[in-house]
Amino acid sequence: MSILLEMKDITKEFPGVKALDQVNLKVREGEIHAICGENGAGKSTLMKVLSGVYPVGTYDGEIHYGGALAQFRNLRDSEDQGIVIIHQELALIPELSIAENLFIGNERQSGGVMNWHETFRRTEELLRKVGLTEAPGTIVDRIGVGKQQLVEIAKALAKDVRLLILDEPTAALQENDSRKLLDLMLELKAQGVTCIIISHKLNEVRYVADTVTVIRDGMAVSTLDAKAGFEEDDIVRDMVGRDMSHRYPERTRFAGDLLLEVEDWNVWHPEHTERQVIRDISFNVRAGEVVGIAGLMGSGRTELAMSIFGRSWGRNISGKARLKGSAVDLGSVDRAIKAGLAYVTEDRKSLGLVLDESIKFNTTLAKLEGVSTRGVLDENAETEVAERYRKALGTRTPSVFQKVGNLSGGNQQKVVLGKWLFTGPEVLILDEPTRGIDVGAKYEIYSIINDLSAQGKGVVMISSEMPELLGMCDRIYVMNEGAFVGEMPASEASQERIMSLIVTE
Amino acid sequence: MTSESKGLKAYLSAHMRDYGLLFALIAIMAFFQIVTEGTLMRPVNITNLFLQNSYIIIMALGMLIVIVAGHIDLSVGSVMGFIGALAAVMIVNYDIPVAVTIPVCLVLGGLIGAAQGYWVAFWRIPSFIATLAGMLVFRGASLWLLEGQSVGPFPQSFQVLSTGFVADIFPQAMTSPIAEAVGARNFNLLALSVGAVASMVIIWLGLRGRARAKAYGIEGEPSAFFWGRNVIVLGALMFLTFKLSTFRGLPNVLVTMGILIVIYAFITQNTVIGRRVYALGGNEKAAKLSGIKTERLTFFAFVNMGVLAALAGLIFAARLNTATPKAGFGMELDVIAAVFIGGASMSGGSGKIVGAVVGAFIMGVMNNGMSIVGIGIDYQQMIKGLVLLAAVIFDVYNKQKQG
Repeated sequence: MSILLEMKDITKEFPGVKALDQVNLKVREGEIHAICGENGAGKSTLMKVLSGVYPVGTYDGEIHYGGALAQFRNLRDSEDQGIVIIHQELALIPELSIAENLFIGNERQSGGVMNWHETFRRTEELLRKVGLTEAPGTIVDRIGVGKQQLVEIAKALAKDVRLLILDEPTAALQENDSRKLLDLMLELKAQGVTCIIISHKLNEVRYVADTVTVIRDGMAVSTLDAKAGFEEDDIVRDMVGRDMSHRYPERTRFAGDLLLEVEDWNVWHPEHTERQVIRDISFNVRAGEVVGIAGLMGSGRTELAMSIFGRSWGRNISGKARLKGSAVDLGSVDRAIKAGLAYVTEDRKSLGLVLDESIKFNTTLAKLEGVSTRGVLDENAETEVAERYRKALGTRTPSVFQKVGNLSGGNQQKVVLGKWLFTGPEVLILDEPTRGIDVGAKYEIYSIINDLSAQGKGVVMISSEMPELLGMCDRIYVMNEGAFVGEMPASEASQERIMSLIVTE
Repeated sequence: MTSESKGLKAYLSAHMRDYGLLFALIAIMAFFQIVTEGTLMRPVNITNLFLQNSYIIIMALGMLIVIVAGHIDLSVGSVMGFIGALAAVMIVNYDIPVAVTIPVCLVLGGLIGAAQGYWVAFWRIPSFIATLAGMLVFRGASLWLLEGQSVGPFPQSFQVLSTGFVADIFPQAMTSPIAEAVGARNFNLLALSVGAVASMVIIWLGLRGRARAKAYGIEGEPSAFFWGRNVIVLGALMFLTFKLSTFRGLPNVLVTMGILIVIYAFITQNTVIGRRVYALGGNEKAAKLSGIKTERLTFFAFVNMGVLAALAGLIFAARLNTATPKAGFGMELDVIAAVFIGGASMSGGSGKIVGAVVGAFIMGVMNNGMSIVGIGIDYQQMIKGLVLLAAVIFDVYNKQKQG
């Protein structure tokens, strides 16, 4: 097979950092080429160089595309040559129809007047190609995320794509939607479209990829060929630069006294007041215990956590909460914090951090009274606290004065954890603590969780990744449609057992 | 390039905004000093500059907090006019003592702020709309209160709020030789002493901050910059206070304003409540989930704004010695412009008191300078508009370069 794309010795420097260091990448015509690497390894930067977001001249090295030297000055240039990139965050406009979205910037028109017939006809054609049966006039907002992702691909096809780049396309998708998308990729491959997929999900990479290039610290460290055969562990090893025989750190398990008990918890939706979101949920956490809550997205896990944590979500909340055996008032966030509860949000960027501010600012935010006297902040004490948690959690950053917005996902999560540890909680509710974090950083977060349990704290862990729950928890509650449908010790749990509980209820 | 000069360059590019603002002010002052042939820096004009801009600056302090919290207050001009009108009606028409009128007006300003903040904070009405309504309501209220007439003049005891000066505490025997030496009619040694003491405090605070930063291994401002900046700032401070000394000394308003600036700078930078305002503006949801009572904080930002607008209204009325139905008309835009020129972000979460004050002075010096030169109000408006645009473009450009 001929080489469609060759990137030679690509080096890209930002002030102070070398994001890419002599990276070489060869993509053959008609293959699916996966790029794996930890967050911050340089995958996205490499794709930005390729697609002209970083124009020619701002990087060193050469790009050969379709047999010629490519010098893209912007996205438009690369798109004209059939290179289309689909970003992690969808670029669809939710209020417009599928048809309008497909041809944005590429409208079927004559003299500035839209040709709606042509637009709709082409849309139907393209939707069929990606296996969607929706009407072209459907508003994008009304279809699920999985289908939106397929619409994105249809949009790429509308541009006569030759090289399709997907940046973590399944990050927000459910299992079966992911599968559909991957199958579509295989189909496109059969039609001669070359694909580059960036993904953290190694089982998916194994499923679709012909070749895998692993990038670490801005360098391409290895290229693996599917035909030669490779294991997920090979990729993981190359990504983190060490052998990862255990994905979950060892922990000596013990369960102490009861810490948090929640009884008959009921919550209604804040806007659709007739909808009950949480039904009669009771659970408990003991000191030193890691308790998991399994369930699909939308089963009400986050709503449960937030309603307990200072009634931050929902209305008509009823139920009893006890901490160490005595009733406790969790009526507002600050009272919940004082009572010894901490909630690490699922979405750290929009709910957990002030991105424009420093690590120091964020670390002390939930307990400013700990670094102030009579309302006046003590900058030195703040710096000390931030330093302490930076060291304890191994946050990789030049200093605590760094903006958290500039940190990688794993390091941001450590800042959030540091912030909550500083409040001195008894019970931590961790909502998807490893979402969007690479393998190496995940391991570190797991180790932190184990340390917490060793200190006798109670941990409630909400996660969509069942292997993670099975690997980390002592006990797992299974949640479905706002109610708990099962409880089991982790030793007796399996993915199949949890799934069957969810499905049969 | 040596590593040190590289560090300097990196530092400069990261703090371009702060230095840029200071140099812009100095450049504008130098420019008008030349084109007005020295009129700008005459003691009487400097005094005037402070008097003319005091109410803008006082309101800018409150506006900065509102804007950092992620909101805006369009009603401040109208509220200021309304409170001035109320003071006039109370004092002139009803002979209510000044000592009663002033606290009543300030409390009412707070209540007005509360009335608007209530809808913004607890009902989540966009502040643009809630305060646009307030702007119309209080503009109408001023008209109604004054029945379309100007009311004045005020008694002396009220006028001193604006036009009074702090009497010298040093005996005449000490000051008259100095007056002779510098060729002035009299010399207010107090003003100069205050300038000197303030300079020493600034240097002391600066050095203490640097020592602390060093103790923590924080890479602070390069020492060349620290001293360069301080020489300029303190030089300007001493120069201004000297000029004031040769006129009538420190205007009361300048003292009020100076104290308020120090208090608000301290609150925003060094207190828990200030920190929480920045967190609220930076990411409201994250702030809320960190136990911060965001609604209450928003509410108080507006209450505070109301009190400061009332204070500005009193000072404005005292300065004009009359309350007119048109007082404060469009003033909110000058205040908001000052805050944005000072580097605050429209989306909230960033901006500094000192920036807002310098921003207000940039506008003030331009107004004053252009008036002296005789540039018409038409051109003045256009030029001010372009300066605002340029300042914000400069901000955005800087951000893009860094990001």
